[in-house]
Amino acid sequence: MDAEAPLLIADRLTKTYGQRRGCHDVSFSLYEGELLAVVGESGSGKTTLLQCLSTQLVPTSGRVLYRMRDGRTCDLAALSEAERRFLFRTDWGYVHQDPALGLRLSVSAGANVGERLMAIGARHYGHIRRTAAHWLERVEIDKQRIDDRPEFYSGGMRQRLQIARNLVTGPRLIFMDEPTSGLDASVQARLLDLIRRLVYGLRLAAIVVTHDLAVARLLSQRMMVMKDGEVIECGLSDQVLDDPQRPYTQLLVSSILTP
Amino acid sequence: MTPLSYNFAYLDEQTKRMIRRAILKAIAIPGYQVPFASREMPMPYGWGTGGVQITASLLGPDDVLKVIDQGSDDTTNAVSIRKFFAKTAGICTTTLTARATIIQTRHRIPEHPLGEHQILVFQVPIPEPLRFLEARERETRRMHALGDYGVMHVKLYEDIARHGHITTTYDYPVKVAGRYIMAPSPTPKFDNPKMNNCPALQLFGAGREKRIYAIPPYTQVVSLDFEDHPFHPDRHDGVCAWCGADDSFLDEMLTDDRGGRLFVCSDTDHCEQRCNAGHRGLQASASASSGGGNGR
Amino acid sequence: MYVAVKGGERAIDNAHTLLAHARRGDPQVPEITVAQISQQLTLAVDRVMTEGSLYDRELAALAIKQARGDLIEAIFLVRAFRATLPRFGASIPIDTSRIEIRRRISATFKDLPGGQVLGPTFDYTHRLLDPGLATGAPLPDPSTARAGCEPMPRLTDLLAQDELIERSPPENPGARVGDLTREPLEFPAGRDVRLQNLTRGDEGFLLGLGYSTQRGYGRNHPFAAEIRLGDVEVEFFAEEVGFPVPLGRLTVTECDMVNQFRGSATEPPQFTRGYGLTFGHCERKAVAIALVDRALRTRELGEEAMAPAQDEEFVLSHSDNVQASGFVEHLKLPHYVDFQAELGLVRQMRAQAAAPALREATP
Repeated sequence: MDAEAPLLIADRLTKTYGQRRGCHDVSFSLYEGELLAVVGESGSGKTTLLQCLSTQLVPTSGRVLYRMRDGRTCDLAALSEAERRFLFRTDWGYVHQDPALGLRLSVSAGANVGERLMAIGARHYGHIRRTAAHWLERVEIDKQRIDDRPEFYSGGMRQRLQIARNLVTGPRLIFMDEPTSGLDASVQARLLDLIRRLVYGLRLAAIVVTHDLAVARLLSQRMMVMKDGEVIECGLSDQVLDDPQRPYTQLLVSSILTP
Repeated sequence: MTPLSYNFAYLDEQTKRMIRRAILKAIAIPGYQVPFASREMPMPYGWGTGGVQITASLLGPDDVLKVIDQGSDDTTNAVSIRKFFAKTAGICTTTLTARATIIQTRHRIPEHPLGEHQILVFQVPIPEPLRFLEARERETRRMHALGDYGVMHVKLYEDIARHGHITTTYDYPVKVAGRYIMAPSPTPKFDNPKMNNCPALQLFGAGREKRIYAIPPYTQVVSLDFEDHPFHPDRHDGVCAWCGADDSFLDEMLTDDRGGRLFVCSDTDHCEQRCNAGHRGLQASASASSGGGNGR
Repeated sequence: MYVAVKGGERAIDNAHTLLAHARRGDPQVPEITVAQISQQLTLAVDRVMTEGSLYDRELAALAIKQARGDLIEAIFLVRAFRATLPRFGASIPIDTSRIEIRRRISATFKDLPGGQVLGPTFDYTHRLLDPGLATGAPLPDPSTARAGCEPMPRLTDLLAQDELIERSPPENPGARVGDLTREPLEFPAGRDVRLQNLTRGDEGFLLGLGYSTQRGYGRNHPFAAEIRLGDVEVEFFAEEVGFPVPLGRLTVTECDMVNQFRGSATEPPQFTRGYGLTFGHCERKAVAIALVDRALRTRELGEEAMAPAQDEEFVLSHSDNVQASGFVEHLKLPHYVDFQAELGLVRQMRAQAAAPALREATP
């Protein structure tokens, strides 16, 4: 039972669609409390990689290994669907780019946050509601809005609700797919700040896919740069961003608009 | 054209065997919906073909059949189904709950407690308790297989958040033997407690949706709720105008256009037996008399 | 004083007698015969056979008479009858390339081997009501000619020779074919069960869905490659004698649709197919089936399913008009117990709204 062992290991992960490459030969280890950014333009394979890591896609070859709560490291492909779904409900979170995909728009915020608790057996309405209210506060949503449906929330609020919904069962690993794209700059900034505080405060491990280098710099300790399905550069975020080695990375970095 | 002749209770023996196998499987897995190849019956889908197929598969020449709809033996569809079996099986029929060996019912459980020698056959329109939360059959099957019932409690939570209490009044979902969530058919929630630990076998047939499920005798059946919002079997707060019962489910009758109302037992046999035993309500009816009806 | 309602049984018996009289209509008017229906309301009979899944013109005509012309009611009668019939096996698949052609058209080529044969079609009639039909005016004889012996190859076979259209799945005569009337429908559905479902399905429903694909709800660029109408022989392989035995002849209508081409990682672009087959001359139905069949192949062909006609569960669960009418009409059955439960709740909630102090507060 080695708490210093990696939480998640990608081993030569490859996904192809006929002739087309999704991602190719990706390997890395992720430790508890670590936030890894996967950066690339659209078509780079970063979302495919995220979906393979989170078992939403079956890789063409390669493995994903995860250290369960009891200390065993398992090949995720060997888990039954029941075990996978349980992981998703308790130990993992997945924040979609479009919050509508990760929420039930037609039920209240409280029900959205409480659902995972109810799915694992919580049966006291008052407790569920109090827990939901607590998490709404932590993601800086006015808890008076607990009975409002997210269809009446702004984009930024929906995203924060999605995060609360994922955090309520105390997961150890969060996957995020472009969590702030499509939002206003000021809303983005606040949301990024919140994500950073929550992730570090709760000692979560996270893999964040983004095309935005500024997001990577703000959130992550380590990053990987992808192009055409390959990881072309990786390392500590500060180092990669301050001293990019590969021409493509240099190109990306030089195109960031500095305020 | 040659005259047509039918097997005992209409269905051919192969079909009965197929249905009985489905019933056995259902009994082995309480609350689980077993798919079966429902046959086209001489009454429309949605009018009890599932219940009729179960009854037809179980009837033997010595059985005594009772058929009720909304608790009454005399509603048109109950009459129609009873006549169908009288004609195709020639078995004894009755309106007395205590005398029946098989009771086919739509939307009520008899008030009179059932015994180990009896089978209660429910007519079910929508067997899937999650249907209105998740339209897709593939997804609901997966949810049942994985015991993934979070969305059901989300609905109940939502009711309480919006209205202060759970707003389902009939077809109230239950958990059977601690495993499967089941739709009891559109019986009022008042009837839910009767399903728990019942000495009789309870079978549920959905012909159009092609599912059979079962609650074996003496099985635990729990209505879904929250610890701090427990299930309550509601009933109109009143007594039967004919027999005076204060603990049966009551039907409301409109007697005039000035708001006149009468509340009477929905279970006509129960009411009749009480009247025969001397109980009287405030408006004992002139027609509550004819005793138990037996007939072919 | 209120008197309980009894006598449901007598009411039903009286209703049935009244129905029989309503069916007969004015006794001065000659009673319609099954033969008249079969001969002169042919297309109604064809539809009842197709959706009843039973090829028997006389029974279908009888059902139409018994149903007073309500075709869904007639289809129900035929289906219920079919459920009682013993089965002794499955026939050999009919060979539609050997249809004795009465009508054969193609929209994809101006001319093709065997030519365009219009046959008895409404297509080019002017829809003007003809009072002559009311009095029964004599008919001119149809023109005749020697039947040509030019071969009529299937157009899709010709396209397949040039590899322009996707191959039909390889023949597998021994393969098990699903039977919707013997097994409950499960998803995902194989093409065999899907086509059965669509063929038995309500013509109006499929027509609407097919129409929707043409209007942009899941467009697949259909072209009517070929429509054939004619008689074909049905054979049954009898174990006892060791060779196929003819059972009789069926009239069928077949529609081959050629649709949106597509290529893949291994194949250059080819046209794709949709297919429809009906009993009798249910041509509109055959075309609608072909459109919806193709729409439901989106998953198999790697296309995104976005429109109702492409949604397998939606289409196949709601196509059966016997099931649909049963459930829709079941709303006429007494629901006063469930309604009573709802009434109770609404009254309770209204009482609570009027007395806010009693409302269960939320933290």
